Amino acid sequence: MNRQIVKLFGLIVALFAVLVGFTSYWSVFDAEALKEEDANKRPLLEQQQIKRGRILAADGTVIARSLPKGKGAALRYVRRYPEGPLFGHPIGYSFVQQGDSEFEQFHNDELVGNDSEFTSILDELRGRRQEGNDIVTNLDASAQAVALEDLAAVGFGAVVAIEPQSGRVRVLASNPPYDPSRVPYELTKLNQNEMEAPLLDRGTQGQYAPGSTFKVVTAAAGLDSGTITPETTIDAPGTLEVQGQELHNDFDESFGPIALDTALTNSVNTWFAQLGEQVGEDTLFEYMDRFGFNGKPAIDLPPNQLSTSGVFDQGRLLGPSDPVDLARIAIGQERLAVTPLQMAEVASAVANGGRLMKPQIWSRVVDPDGRVTDRLDPSQYSQPISEETAAELNTAMQGVVREGTGTNAAIPGVTVAGKTGTAETPYNDSCGGGTEQNQAWFMGFVPADEPRIAIAATVECTTQFGNDVAAPIFRDVAEAILNGE
Amino acid sequence: MISARNRELTALVPVALLLTAGFTAVFAQEGSRIDDVSLIYGAYFLAVCLATHIYLRVRLPDADPYLFPLVALLTAFGLVMIYRIDPSLARDQANWFVLGLVLFALTIQFLRDYDLLERYRYTIAVVGLLLLLAPRLPGIGQQVNGAYLGVKIGPLAFQPAEFSKICLVVFLASYLREHREVLIVGARRVLGVTLPPLKHFGPMLVVWGASMFMLVFIRDLGSSLMFFAAFLALLYVATGRFSFVAIGMAMFLVGAWFFASTVPHVHDRIEIWLDPYAHPQQSGYQILQSIFAQADGGLFGKGFGQALITIPGTDNALLPAAQTDTIYSLIVNELGLFGACGVVAIYLLIAARGFKIALIAGDGFSKLLATGLTAVFAIQAFVIIGGVTRAIPLTGVTLPFISYGGSSIVANFVLLALLLLVSDRARRESSSSARLGAPALEGR
Repeated sequence: MNRQIVKLFGLIVALFAVLVGFTSYWSVFDAEALKEEDANKRPLLEQQQIKRGRILAADGTVIARSLPKGKGAALRYVRRYPEGPLFGHPIGYSFVQQGDSEFEQFHNDELVGNDSEFTSILDELRGRRQEGNDIVTNLDASAQAVALEDLAAVGFGAVVAIEPQSGRVRVLASNPPYDPSRVPYELTKLNQNEMEAPLLDRGTQGQYAPGSTFKVVTAAAGLDSGTITPETTIDAPGTLEVQGQELHNDFDESFGPIALDTALTNSVNTWFAQLGEQVGEDTLFEYMDRFGFNGKPAIDLPPNQLSTSGVFDQGRLLGPSDPVDLARIAIGQERLAVTPLQMAEVASAVANGGRLMKPQIWSRVVDPDGRVTDRLDPSQYSQPISEETAAELNTAMQGVVREGTGTNAAIPGVTVAGKTGTAETPYNDSCGGGTEQNQAWFMGFVPADEPRIAIAATVECTTQFGNDVAAPIFRDVAEAILNGE
Repeated sequence: MISARNRELTALVPVALLLTAGFTAVFAQEGSRIDDVSLIYGAYFLAVCLATHIYLRVRLPDADPYLFPLVALLTAFGLVMIYRIDPSLARDQANWFVLGLVLFALTIQFLRDYDLLERYRYTIAVVGLLLLLAPRLPGIGQQVNGAYLGVKIGPLAFQPAEFSKICLVVFLASYLREHREVLIVGARRVLGVTLPPLKHFGPMLVVWGASMFMLVFIRDLGSSLMFFAAFLALLYVATGRFSFVAIGMAMFLVGAWFFASTVPHVHDRIEIWLDPYAHPQQSGYQILQSIFAQADGGLFGKGFGQALITIPGTDNALLPAAQTDTIYSLIVNELGLFGACGVVAIYLLIAARGFKIALIAGDGFSKLLATGLTAVFAIQAFVIIGGVTRAIPLTGVTLPFISYGGSSIVANFVLLALLLLVSDRARRESSSSARLGAPALEGR
């Protein structure tokens, strides 16, 4: 019998080896994947026991903080948003049951204090509880409030304001807003509200027809590629037949041979349509790429919550080899869809002598002892156009506000450079139908000679023009930022 | 050469130290109150172990020296884990530990001549079957999580399957000792497969029937699996015929397959095992949380007292049945893969010592008894650890000596007592025969 007993023991050893194998698989080899499972609330529950760091506006206003609840083993922290709906976008929310979003999600590691394996082992040895870091953002609380108030008065839309030299995001407002404090109670309701879509950050996720604001991109491509100079004239008739359909100027006004200044000031469609065709599809797409179109923006928000700007055919991003109506793309129509953030980046690049900085919401990370452990080091995303081209565009954009289509953006005592846009969006489902529906835009920067802020403002589903509804928002937000400094 | 009992004594010291260290760690975690209590627990535990050791010194001087310290280690480990979950549960467990040792001593006292068991084997078999049936009897039976596992008579509640497994092993060891020759000699080869003689097929069918009965009426998939596996192990050791085992396995699989497709309770268990993510909040919750707890532990674990068992701020379980079914997952969570490997290694060492006893035992009954007891013990550990690691479907058997539960502790101490009884005789015989220069006899 002894032989069988030894064999039986061998079998038991093999069975126990299987147990060790399975335990190793779950605890080590598959552990990371298991922590990502939706059904696994452990990582969130454990994070809930860590005092998550605060999120602050540039002036120290507390946007988010965590308050303790319960004691001992039941101790947990609950996220509070004292400013309510003011920073619902772009800060987002962080709750155990509902998960997290936007800035809270992107900067999770810093906020919960997951610095590095080494420091956490050190902390554990010292018997220290893991504690999160505070993050100070670049957001301007009063300008954000102005943006939301102005938007609330005219309709759904968004405002994005970026500091051109550094890429610091000062305002990222989306209307309608939502209160992140309410998320634990009404997330389902917020999600189901498709008409208002309050959880959609229109500044970074809204995809709108850019209208005439896109003419700045067309002009940039034309100038920078050498297709035209500021003196080059193009004959601009009242109407122009492109691809079998007539393309009109406002009131079919005919301008004759004019140069860039006049064309941009009066937003002459037939002029830019011809420029677009002269520039050619390859070059125009290349300049779009350089400005950040056709890819996710380099902002500190989760990529899955950012929209790409570009030409889309039923959700598919088109490239330079796809057949498109170039003349209509040149004036911001066709199938162009852009985010307010992208247009703010265009304005920012022109304002900063052609250098586009990476837009960033965070400014510095402060550890629980009050030490600054990390500080934003502004970095350049690209240089889409030369300094010379930027200066020429700057001059032309000043004319728009001084004497052209964007006079409502003017601020007394300061030179403003900008561009209006009004894209006709008839039968737009999200506007509830109707033919008199526009997407109104204004983008620009101030002061024109020494730019301190670049802003894009847009309003959905309005019957008015960019100069009527978007330019005043631009002006108010710009004033709030300039006065606040 | 150090005597067996002195080795046992030496081995008990690290066990007591480990228990003290464990309690200290738990206390340190619970709000920095390292007080004398951890030392008192350690001293108390050591005193009980010493008393048992002295008893063994008198009664079974030649018994295996490592089994008791290994079991004490598991019990100490279990006490620390249970204390960490709920101190009041640990108090119960400590009382059961003492009760278990009392029954352990009584078993050694009255079954010193364990050949008695052979004489009463049919009585024991009937008692075992009755114990299995008891949970279905009206008035005393209790249903736990859809399975009929418990019996409650007045204030006394216990899980009869834990005791029934010992009865079954004793009966099988005795029956197979007597019939192994006929089973081997009378075997016929039919179509290339060696079949046991038909007239001795009966008792095997009874065991198979009992397993299936448990599956269907007691709904205790885990015990059913454990019983049948122990039966096959004994059958194999007794006859050396792998074909018998294959036939038995086939019968079990056919039966299990049949009932899995007809009995919803069994069917659900299999479905959950194959796809726990189908209903992550309901039926799949326990196994998923068990695995997530292990993922949370990693290589080194979170440390004693650091893992989450309930959802903070509520009484809702994050790791359901942490003190019983899923205690192994909690061990992985807090002590990591290394700690878990240590636990598995202790079970393996116990199995090794148990089979060693079977190897040196002089007579067939002793051999089969030691083999059966060791096998059923090791398989029980495999069934529950395999269950919570999703190697096999999760079923509610206890992790021997670690899980919270009086029946489990007491029954396993009786099992240990029987093993030590066999060991004492075997080692005495083998050492005396070695002195006489005669080879140890195999079989009788």
